[in-house]
Amino acid sequence: MSVRSTISSQFAQVAKEQGKNLANLTDQTPLLDSGLDSLCFAIIVARLEDELGYDPFSTSDDTDFPVTFGDFVKFYENAAK
Amino acid sequence: MPQNDHPSLWEAISAGGDASRELPQRWLNDVAGRVILGGLAGGSSLGQPQRRFAGRSVLIATSDQLRAALALIELDGVARRMVLYPPGVPTEYLAPLARIAEIDAIVSDRPPAEFGDIGADIFATANAAVAPAAPEQNRDRKTEWILLTSGTTGIPKLVVHSLASLAGATKHGGAIGNRAVWSTFYDIRRYGGLQIFLRAMLGGGSIVLSNAAESTADFLSRAGAAGVTHISGTPSHWRRALMSPQAHRIAPQYARLSGEIADQPILDHLQAFFPQASVAHAFASTEAGVAFDVTDGRAGFPADYIGRPGLPVELKIEDGSLRIRSNRVATRYLGAGSAPLAEADGFVDTGDMLEQRGDRYFFVGRRGGIINVGGQKVHPEEVEAVINHHPGVQSSLVRARKNPITGAIVVADIVPKPEFSAGPEILKREILDICREALPAHKVPAVIRVVASLDVTAAGKLHRARA
Repeated sequence: MSVRSTISSQFAQVAKEQGKNLANLTDQTPLLDSGLDSLCFAIIVARLEDELGYDPFSTSDDTDFPVTFGDFVKFYENAAK
Repeated sequence: MPQNDHPSLWEAISAGGDASRELPQRWLNDVAGRVILGGLAGGSSLGQPQRRFAGRSVLIATSDQLRAALALIELDGVARRMVLYPPGVPTEYLAPLARIAEIDAIVSDRPPAEFGDIGADIFATANAAVAPAAPEQNRDRKTEWILLTSGTTGIPKLVVHSLASLAGATKHGGAIGNRAVWSTFYDIRRYGGLQIFLRAMLGGGSIVLSNAAESTADFLSRAGAAGVTHISGTPSHWRRALMSPQAHRIAPQYARLSGEIADQPILDHLQAFFPQASVAHAFASTEAGVAFDVTDGRAGFPADYIGRPGLPVELKIEDGSLRIRSNRVATRYLGAGSAPLAEADGFVDTGDMLEQRGDRYFFVGRRGGIINVGGQKVHPEEVEAVINHHPGVQSSLVRARKNPITGAIVVADIVPKPEFSAGPEILKREILDICREALPAHKVPAVIRVVASLDVTAAGKLHRARA
């Protein structure tokens, strides 16, 4: 599975578990408008670390946190390189 | 400055030089708009004379922070006691807490019937605006400020402070200037937020109050439009703010983190995002007060803070946890039979565990493994008790896992009973279901592992590794 599809399926899975209405995710969707709260993001980041083996939030030298869903995917794709 | 050794909050606010010139330019800003501090020189938000509250124990239980802020300013020095009632306290605790605090007056914008059980004979409707009224002149009383603890299971404890103990840290740590515009992601009815409110009020500034009904993006826009210069929040608040497209709306000179462990990535991110700001992280607790600020941009704090004599705050480490003694420490817990808040030598045990690495100390979690999920505390035993209800569970261990978004999340290791044959995936799903049923979302394990056995210490207890 690509990084993008792994991330997409985690967003969907966690939204379902937490009873949140997930917005239709495009690269332009701001994360804070995705329908998920901080706890959801915390769970997503932990599960992605288990699946992908890394957590760019803790290790990345990027000075900007991701703002949109597209940023989020790129954040993980860049860290995979 | 007034001659009074302990000026009330209003006296301290209005005594800052030429009051008639400064106060009209100072304000409290909330979603509903702004209230000019100068209005309180000849007005009140309470709809009845402040004098009626003289000597009373007042419950301040408002829907927003603006109404609470006005009541605090108006009643300090007048009331005997003010209980800062934060949002989110379960309703069944209201009556017992009111009894312990001997509440005989209420300030709220909620219907009086909600407080029917309390039996207070004064009910004042809290307004978000000031109407003309003659302010009470007699403000000599040393009002008790009562804060609720957030870390305990069951009914919160009532922590007794005074304006003097709360304001002890506002003179230190710098970054207080006239015309500063303060803001905080916190609620000012909690210790961390109250510190910021008092810095704004005692330091000659104004404040942008957060509002539970508002999104992070809207709050940042409002704070930016108000020209915020000094702003504080937990690392979790900041991580969320930095993920908002509106984060660039603010350009603070001073950004402060407290309430959770500030790790190096969030300090670096914050400094990179606000290159002009001085970034500080602080340690404080409701009981022990503000212990110190760290301004060198590094996580942890210098080892020589410990045991240094002659400072306003003395720190020591015993049994691995940080102990604090200073005039910022709370007086006591309210209520007959309450445990003492400090040790006999005056030090308060924070329960926060430290580890020395090189010339720094680092916080490594809470004694007893209490997990801090974005500022909300979770007792592992409480979650284990729910998990252990599942008939297929032999034993469980709930612990913290470090997380870059909320500081920590709850994870669980489960040992199934040999006779449970449905398989680990079914077990995990059923455990999640019962946890979601019984617990708020932040206490539900984010990750569950099914394992063959758990580590047990020599004493036969589950080995609770530090977060």
